[in-house]
Amino acid sequence: MNTGNVTWVLVSAALVLFMTPGLAFFYGGMVRSRNVLNMLMMNFWSLLVVPLLWAVVGFSLAFSGKGAFIGDLHWSSLTDTINQTDKTSGLPIMLIAVFLCTFAAITPALISGAVADRMKFSAWALFVPLWSLLVYCPVAFWIYGGLFSGELTGWLGARGSLDFAGGTVIHVNAGTAALAAVLVLGRRQGWPKEGHPPHSMPLVMLGTGILWFGWFGFNAGSALGANNTAIQAFTNTFLAASAAGLAWAVVERIKDGHFTNLGIASGIVAGLVAITPGAGYVAGLSPIFIGLIAGCVCAFAVHVKFRFGFDDSLDVVGVHFVGGLVGSLLIGFFADPGALGGNFDKGIFYGGGAGLLFEQLLANAVTIAFSFVATIAILKTLQATIGLRVSEDDESIGLDITQHAETAYNFGEVTMGRG
Amino acid sequence: MKLVTAVVKPFKLDDVKNALKAIGVVGMTVTEVRGFGRQGGHTETYRGTEYQVDFLPKVKVETIVDDGDAQEVVDAIVSSAKTDKIGDGKVWVTTVDDLVRIRTGESGAEAV
Repeated sequence: MNTGNVTWVLVSAALVLFMTPGLAFFYGGMVRSRNVLNMLMMNFWSLLVVPLLWAVVGFSLAFSGKGAFIGDLHWSSLTDTINQTDKTSGLPIMLIAVFLCTFAAITPALISGAVADRMKFSAWALFVPLWSLLVYCPVAFWIYGGLFSGELTGWLGARGSLDFAGGTVIHVNAGTAALAAVLVLGRRQGWPKEGHPPHSMPLVMLGTGILWFGWFGFNAGSALGANNTAIQAFTNTFLAASAAGLAWAVVERIKDGHFTNLGIASGIVAGLVAITPGAGYVAGLSPIFIGLIAGCVCAFAVHVKFRFGFDDSLDVVGVHFVGGLVGSLLIGFFADPGALGGNFDKGIFYGGGAGLLFEQLLANAVTIAFSFVATIAILKTLQATIGLRVSEDDESIGLDITQHAETAYNFGEVTMGRG
Repeated sequence: MKLVTAVVKPFKLDDVKNALKAIGVVGMTVTEVRGFGRQGGHTETYRGTEYQVDFLPKVKVETIVDDGDAQEVVDAIVSSAKTDKIGDGKVWVTTVDDLVRIRTGESGAEAV
């Protein structure tokens, strides 16, 4: 056993786990104080239900076997995975499973930012496992299926599309689902005329820092080894985030007159999202260009919701969908197998043709179409059975009290007693 | 007995407190409030969306004094809270019907 590789991937799993709480605070600080616990809850809930589902069937369906569209149940309940090894990385399958479990958990959590302030928690509680099983697992299989069983057979991955750490599988997928969700759920009361500023920018910045820290595990850990690719992915993750944060900050300074914390936080996350699909496929100054482009594009993309009238409360579509799509397509230009000693196609800027770009477009188009339709189907079913939205009164009072009977901030003496 | 109430800029609270102590006022209650008069607010921007902040943070100071001391207290507050810039606030005087010191039960002028 290569203990260096195993150690790095174990540490990466812990880093990526930390990203879900990081996301919870990133989003939580942006909502009103009366809804912050609900936002935290939606994210932590994902860490409760998805890992259980992943262990029992999810991992197997997302990765096992030789199919083209979905996995088999060979690795259900992670049976014997501690003894089986992935030939390419040399890692025990169970290690890969537990590492990827953290990715599976954070993906539905991303959607929570879009449905903030108005979704019944009971509906969210069911949505998470349903979406994970019916949308995440298939898309993951299409890009990565069979990868650890000896041959990449998932139909999109087998065609040559690239997704190093889940730009398409996670960010475009969840971003599309977020769009579908806000269309089904409808707008918050008063939107867009009434708006609510973030209740705690310090929490947002704290969440951003945790996300950046954890993202090193997300991207560099996906190298599945303590090797050069991991080092390149780590560096790319660092540079893309810095560049994108700077780009968004400058766009805001020019457009709105100030450098803002929310701007740099959003930019950093946009950069991290955009470098995710290409983290192990680009080198040199490419991550900086990718970050600058993503930061600028996303800074403008977050206004599209006003143009089209959909209430994507915390800009999941503007940052994750757009950022992931931009990053995934830019691989078609910046992929550099020469620098990384890899056997993947070259991007256009490195002498390749448009073939890789085409595969990126196809993989994303398919993911978007499937995720959109499947997410709507799941939500419409929940809407018809248990209902999706809280009542108008509950929405005004706030979700922390009405959904969870909790209050986030009990400062001072005038709050509650034993009664 | 008179209740003297003043709404002043938060950073002037220390000056007001010291001015009142200097003229012998022994107690006061302060609350953080928000409000506006003729002073406008400011704008904050979050991801390009502008928010208008109309209600500005102020501090309310309340103190109960003998009838004869009310004018001196008003004058002390006005001179210590003034910055000559818009938003300095206001002071007003109302009559107190009854006053009791909780610890001792003293009432009326003895409770001031």
